[in-house]
Amino acid sequence: MADKIRSAPQLSRRSALIYGASGVAFGMSALLTPVRAQASPIKIGFPVPLTGPYGSEASDQVRCAQLAIEDFNKTGGLNGRLAELLVRDDKLNPSEAVTRTLELIEKDKADMIVGSLSGAVQLAVNDACKARGVTYNALSLSDRINEATDFGPTTFHEGMAPYFSVGALGQYVFANMGKKVAYLIADYEFGHEMRRAFQVVGDKMGAQAVLDVKHPLGMQDFSSLFPRILAAKPDILCVLYFGRDQLNALKQASEFGLKDRMKIVVGALSSTQRIAGGADAYADVIGASNYYWAAEERYPSSKAFNAAYAAKYGGGVPSDYGSYGYGGVRSMLELARKAGSVEASALSSAVGAGFKFDLYKGPQVIRGCDHQSDQAVFVLRSKPEAQMKSPKDTFEIVTIAEADESKLRTCAELGHKT
Amino acid sequence: MAEVSLELIGLQILTGLALGCIFVLVASGLTLIFGLLNVVNFAHGAFYAAGAYIGVFTFGYTGNFWISLVIVPAVMAVFGMLTERFLLRPLYGRDMSYPLLLTFGLGYVIVELIRIVFGIDGIPFSAPAALKGSMFLGDISFPRYRLFVMGFTAALLVGLWLFIEKTSFGLIVRAGARDAEIVKVLGIDTSKVWLLIFALGTAIAGIAGFLAAPMRGVIPEMGVTVLIEAFVITVIGGMGSLPGAVIAGLLMGVIVSITSYFAADFSNIVMFAIMAIVLLVRPQGLLGRRDSVR
Repeated sequence: MADKIRSAPQLSRRSALIYGASGVAFGMSALLTPVRAQASPIKIGFPVPLTGPYGSEASDQVRCAQLAIEDFNKTGGLNGRLAELLVRDDKLNPSEAVTRTLELIEKDKADMIVGSLSGAVQLAVNDACKARGVTYNALSLSDRINEATDFGPTTFHEGMAPYFSVGALGQYVFANMGKKVAYLIADYEFGHEMRRAFQVVGDKMGAQAVLDVKHPLGMQDFSSLFPRILAAKPDILCVLYFGRDQLNALKQASEFGLKDRMKIVVGALSSTQRIAGGADAYADVIGASNYYWAAEERYPSSKAFNAAYAAKYGGGVPSDYGSYGYGGVRSMLELARKAGSVEASALSSAVGAGFKFDLYKGPQVIRGCDHQSDQAVFVLRSKPEAQMKSPKDTFEIVTIAEADESKLRTCAELGHKT
Repeated sequence: MAEVSLELIGLQILTGLALGCIFVLVASGLTLIFGLLNVVNFAHGAFYAAGAYIGVFTFGYTGNFWISLVIVPAVMAVFGMLTERFLLRPLYGRDMSYPLLLTFGLGYVIVELIRIVFGIDGIPFSAPAALKGSMFLGDISFPRYRLFVMGFTAALLVGLWLFIEKTSFGLIVRAGARDAEIVKVLGIDTSKVWLLIFALGTAIAGIAGFLAAPMRGVIPEMGVTVLIEAFVITVIGGMGSLPGAVIAGLLMGVIVSITSYFAADFSNIVMFAIMAIVLLVRPQGLLGRRDSVR
């Protein structure tokens, strides 16, 4: 017994203290490590064109994206992990956007990328994210990004696809405004995608294209194109570009009295451009949009979103492109909650047959095969000054086409395996 | 393509002439400054934008388009004088690249200041009520405001011509353009001439910006494309030749308009193609002096 006792390891008080302290430290470190990992923020890279012609839209996207981060963090984040936004200026330039994106991924260790305000830029950023296996939620209008050739499992698309936004717009205008259509098309990807989408809905509705005028992007003066349009005598003139080109074309079309002889329709109507262009230039122009603040009369989520925006930014209403920033960031974070992770593969799997949510504009669904956000399309009419009740009262909601998968191109049409 | 009627071609030419008037307005200030001061003014587009913003700002206070049309050239002339006196004058006698680089930088500074003061969003601005709507010329309707711009440009050019050809100051200006050294030797203070000519060129750029505002919108970068157009017109007309700028501006307006009818895709390129041909065939431009080409 005495031997047994002797053979037992003898611990001095000092040794016991050292071992004890080591054990406690090890135990604590084991406990603390996951806590520390959980506490590291979810980093969302946000490259948008803060400088350049879409600077005002991009600035509002940042404001709305910051609101999305706050709303997510207020509700506990992802099991305690809070999110943060890393904003970068892509200068509306694909190579600049790719450089900023790679910095965000490799240097800042961004968990996902959300952003872009141009079709060409978002395709370039999408390629960079696909190559590095990082989730990317694109915010610009595009049909191409959903096609199997450009899509990857990391690709998400919060921006509308012209196929369904123009589809909803065309259904309204061709049914109510006439069938003879002239098209003014800026010679770049956006203009071409819009034109194709109008062709599809025009064929369904029996519309006839009487004139196609393609012109270079960035024209200052459109007046020399108008005599041909007047001579073609269309019922509707579709202006298929965005930003300042659209603004100048509408200003000059008003000046030349085109509005007295035909209805003017734009593929994408933006409140920031309308405010910059003035009520006169945009009066009675019809167009499609992803959001308008007056949606709050229909959707409680819009009411909450508008109120949160006004509270955070001292009044005002979120713009359409700004709200893409909210939807793009918040939907990815909610998907991460469902997945329990921000890993790209987990997010992709979590979509399953479709990820449904209602965050700011009524029901939306991220479709399984192409990760397109199926959402409501707002067909808006720009109000003449005399009809405006306040400076924010720029548009009238003509109709809202609710999210409806049957209005999207099918997965097979896009080249995805079904 | 719709049938080409004479009426349509007439409207296309009229549209082209109206477009040409804007080209003439933006190019005349540039060519005036180059012709006399030998300064390639890269800040011209920024002066154009500044004129538009000053006009819109003044309109916001006065609510009167015509008062703004008087204030814009006055303010821009003072701005031009300050620029010439304190920035350009110290560079006279040095290589041509010095004022070129200075005006290049100045252009950036002006646009950035506009962004800071007025914001990056554009400002809505419309033609005055009296000039809204269209006028009918036979069967052709044409915007009243564009007809006003055409008339205003014609009046401005006549005024400039009378000033340069019929006044004693104009005589000094013409002599200075031929040989500044001789004018100086004759005891004339050429520095005052340069000061006033730079102010005049800047004021015309400002007027052009303000007149273009109801047609092209008011945004900080509005002068960028205009600067390119102005240089093309100036090169085609002959660097420093005011009549050259007028002829080239109107001609280019009509050519761009006709090209837009038949092949709108090429409407931007056509100006550059013609500039290239002119440079190959007649390097001094349509009405430029041969000795201006080295």
